[in-house]
Amino acid sequence: MTKKIIKTAPKKTTMKKAIPSDIGAQAGYVRIEDAPLLPPPPSEAGITGWLYKNIFASMSDFGSVSAALKSVFVAASTLFILYFLITQISGLLDFAIFSAVWSDPEGLKRQACWTVEQGGALPNGWHAACWPFIEAKAKFIFYGAYPNDDLWRVNLTYALGGFMLAWVMIERLPYRKIVGILLLTVYPVMATVLLTGGAFSISTGTIGVATILGLALITIGRLGKAGYVSGAFGDLAMVAGVCGWLVILFAAVLAVFAIDFDLEAIDTRDWGGLLITLVVAITGIVASLPLGILLALGRRSEMPVARFLCTVFIEFWRGVPLITVLFMASVMLPLFMPEGVNFDMLLRALIGVTLFSAAYMAEVVRGGLQAIDKGQYEGADAVGLSYWQSMRLIILPQALTHVIPGIVNTFIGLFKDTALVSIVGIFDLLGAAQSTLADAAWSTPVQGLTGYLVVAVIFFVFCFGMSRYSMFMERKLNRSHKS
Amino acid sequence: MAQPQNTAEQSVDQKTIVSMRNVNKWFGQFHVLRDINLSVDKGERIVVCGPSGSGKSTLIRCLNRLEKHQDGDIFVHGIELNNDVKNIDEIRREVGMVFQHFNLFPHLSILENCMLAPIWVRKTPRAEAEEIAMHFLTRVKIPEQASKYPGQLSGGQQQRVAIARALCMQPQLMLFDEPTSALDPEMIKEVLDTMVELADDGMTMICVTHEMGFARRVADRVIFMDEGQIVEQNEPEAFFNNPQSDRTKLFLSQILGH
Amino acid sequence: MFGRDRSLTSLLNDTFIRGILFQALIAIGLLLSINWLADNTLSNLANQGKTLGFDFLTRTAGFQISPTLGTWMLDYKVGKSTYIDVYLIGIINTFIVALLGILAATVIGFTVGIMRLSDNLVFRWFSSFYVEVVRNVPLLLQLFFWYFAVLRAMPSKREKLELVEGVAGLNITGLYLPAPIVSDGFIYSFLSLIVAIAITFLVRRYVLRRQAETGQILPMFWIGLGIIIILPVLVHYLNGSPLDWSLPEFKDTGPKLRQGYQSGAGMVLVPEMLAVWLALSLYTAAFIAEIVRAGILAVSRGQTEAAYALGVRPNITLRLVVIPQALRVIIPPLTSQYLNLTKNSSLAVAIAYPELVSVFAGTALNQVGKEVEMIFMMMMVYLTFSLMTAAFMNWFNSRVKLVER
Repeated sequence: MTKKIIKTAPKKTTMKKAIPSDIGAQAGYVRIEDAPLLPPPPSEAGITGWLYKNIFASMSDFGSVSAALKSVFVAASTLFILYFLITQISGLLDFAIFSAVWSDPEGLKRQACWTVEQGGALPNGWHAACWPFIEAKAKFIFYGAYPNDDLWRVNLTYALGGFMLAWVMIERLPYRKIVGILLLTVYPVMATVLLTGGAFSISTGTIGVATILGLALITIGRLGKAGYVSGAFGDLAMVAGVCGWLVILFAAVLAVFAIDFDLEAIDTRDWGGLLITLVVAITGIVASLPLGILLALGRRSEMPVARFLCTVFIEFWRGVPLITVLFMASVMLPLFMPEGVNFDMLLRALIGVTLFSAAYMAEVVRGGLQAIDKGQYEGADAVGLSYWQSMRLIILPQALTHVIPGIVNTFIGLFKDTALVSIVGIFDLLGAAQSTLADAAWSTPVQGLTGYLVVAVIFFVFCFGMSRYSMFMERKLNRSHKS
Repeated sequence: MAQPQNTAEQSVDQKTIVSMRNVNKWFGQFHVLRDINLSVDKGERIVVCGPSGSGKSTLIRCLNRLEKHQDGDIFVHGIELNNDVKNIDEIRREVGMVFQHFNLFPHLSILENCMLAPIWVRKTPRAEAEEIAMHFLTRVKIPEQASKYPGQLSGGQQQRVAIARALCMQPQLMLFDEPTSALDPEMIKEVLDTMVELADDGMTMICVTHEMGFARRVADRVIFMDEGQIVEQNEPEAFFNNPQSDRTKLFLSQILGH
Repeated sequence: MFGRDRSLTSLLNDTFIRGILFQALIAIGLLLSINWLADNTLSNLANQGKTLGFDFLTRTAGFQISPTLGTWMLDYKVGKSTYIDVYLIGIINTFIVALLGILAATVIGFTVGIMRLSDNLVFRWFSSFYVEVVRNVPLLLQLFFWYFAVLRAMPSKREKLELVEGVAGLNITGLYLPAPIVSDGFIYSFLSLIVAIAITFLVRRYVLRRQAETGQILPMFWIGLGIIIILPVLVHYLNGSPLDWSLPEFKDTGPKLRQGYQSGAGMVLVPEMLAVWLALSLYTAAFIAEIVRAGILAVSRGQTEAAYALGVRPNITLRLVVIPQALRVIIPPLTSQYLNLTKNSSLAVAIAYPELVSVFAGTALNQVGKEVEMIFMMMMVYLTFSLMTAAFMNWFNSRVKLVER
């Protein structure tokens, strides 16, 4: 029966009513003695409480048929999952540690990991990791075919990069900004020289022309700033000035590349393994960041042409798989360049990866720009800052701190995606591992599994570490932005 | 005191709406409700006050099983509050609650917010549910907002809708959990006025609030809680003018002093 | 007045004209670059003796493609089918593996996401463990793992592992299932399914109207399920069951080369497809799980408390209060993940499952050599998917936006 609307009760004549005396609570009641502080029941606290709440609570609701069925299902699934986890993890530990072969003192190579049936010494049915295989191939997995004598250069690059990165990441150290800028500008040049050997054949003529051009543009810029050129052309002049500085920078980089540091020249085809993975991922991210910022600004701009072009660019690169980008880069890039310009395979992949990553980076930065309160833009305008000044001094610094977690996530994605370059013939970590599988001297039934396991662990360590860092940063930023 | 009935039978003439005996509750190690004994009659208006962390919200949330008590008995309208789902459903039908943060359903219109429970819990036909909803929306004085969405209303309006929504189930008891604490000052009055009108019409209510003016105006009893226990309760005049316990005195001086 | 005029013109000068000038510069720069690139491309192509053109599409393709849905639908024959067929086969195979992957990933992802929020510690640990491991290892590596793990476990070509006696079995050449053979009357069974669905909609309208008028709630879910199952099955049997199955055939006698599962009988899912499906589903499911978890957490506890306080039972609360709000938060990133899954299917080129990239940019490109055209055709397919998804998301967001001041 549906309830009819209850007529309102008759209005009370007095506001307050004496409390009926047949209620336990009397008119007026004061506690004389505190009630005792008692320990909680077992279902609430302590080990039993924890066990109950975390495991048994979901299995003990038998209030109705459906609840009872659910409880039984949960109990059965819990048992099954526990069983599954325990068997898989113990199987994995057994494979990787307990039953694994750790050393090959007699230099037997593959025989060290063969069972009696196959001609070796291990009991039949043995199936575990063959670590001497990894030991022998470790250098290949980490450095590729890089000449052994020059490995110090790679190690120096790693060490320097790691040191500077740690400096920037640790909060309490001073001069973090300066180190950060050095990391993004000077370090890549140094790393390129160290890894490739430098001494590119760049004529002094080119360097000279670039320097003069740069100086000229800077002068134009200065003139514009000082007011000798008016109106719209004044802005053009200032843009020219900025370009001038970039050209000078470019000339400086060319000069450094031209110097002969007496290092052995090592072709990028000899690079491989983790080295390639790191080079591709880091170059991709570092190069795509400025491009991504420009694209994000362009997409939010009020000029329809800029907005249209940036949107098309971003949506194009985000809409196609990375593998097609890599195919495009490796197959079509030589077609796009004038005859005779020969493109290093690695460089082609780097260009593809950078453009691809820039589109995703642009979306991340755009999200950060959108998150900034409109008042910031208005405030900057009110103080009289120009578009570029307000971007540089007020908006971008705030937006970038907002998006650091997003950037780290994009980097994690990019790091994983670098594995795709193995499909276009570049030996990254995965590719190097795959090629070690072709070595017949180490051919065992567990060769594949051991190799892939090591690669998986390396990837996992890097990616998981970065994702933890990103969560740490996010938490920190959320705390500092609590309004 | 009349013995409360244990079965699910309920008689609308039941005088004692709420009966809590020796109720204890823990959150982990923390003993949040200590030896609570409370009886509320039909038509009574109770105000519960006390410092934050004293367990006032937990107390009323135990009454509709949003929190579970671990020790003692609670009877609402003659029905025992335990793990039996049928009891809990029945009790929740007879008890309405208004929350500090309104908790209106943002994806439904005001009218739909009010109609949801009558349709799905009391199985009311739609036309009748709409009639009931409009009746109570008129009662809280915002019938013209019926087709709007919660995001379009001010805080005070949202809270009044929340009151109407609870009333649409025509409960025997209304619980208010700091209904005005999240409101801007200029909107507190409109909500308190609505609550006063409700009280004048004879609704049994238990309010957790800091609004002492409201307590003086409307309450039959004021209960002071501290550290999980009921420290003092009395008629408002006696409570405010002649507090007995030191802790009550301290609290009142903090609340009323400035 | 003169002063006023001058400031007006310099204002125009500064913002408006400056904007136009800037854009004109960009446009000119872009056109020049495109012109230069096109120039280079044409001359490079000329040097290699190639021209631009799509006429290669009508040539016949000379390579074998693994038996998949695409080859079956287009009846692919080496030497007879053209490159257009190859293109379409690639699209169909991409589509089918993406569709199956989306279905599996959604089911697994939602389950794992809900498990992450469970009271049960074992469920929580397991789902966290799964999500963290799967998300931090490259998809390509997981694909290889499933491919090799799947392959390793399979019996060899001349043996088999029977799943259902005589009906389904697998070995290293694939998973063999019965293939449906439809005879004439089957169209009625299919039509009756459509009719059953239509009837269910009508019944639903009746049930809702009845609830609005009398307040009575009928169990729509079971009624609908009953109609959809019973009606077509009834029609099917009354019609004489016009559906035959071609069972897989296995020969273990005769010439060694011809032993094993025979082609042409039954339906086969090649291991490459199974590996791609598994890898894509499990990988994307981990991301979907996180999205689902975030979506459910986004609905504040107060919403469920308010509904419970009104006496609304948990399942109805879920249906009317929690899920509508959670879905608003879940669906946009969910569609992104679906798109990612479709794009990630291109990784199948690494294990030679004949989807679009593998068959068109791999084998066909090697044979035809028309890089520009073929890569363009490939990218168009993916871009179309992306744009359709983006359009859908925009439409969805505008429809379900919460009305605010």
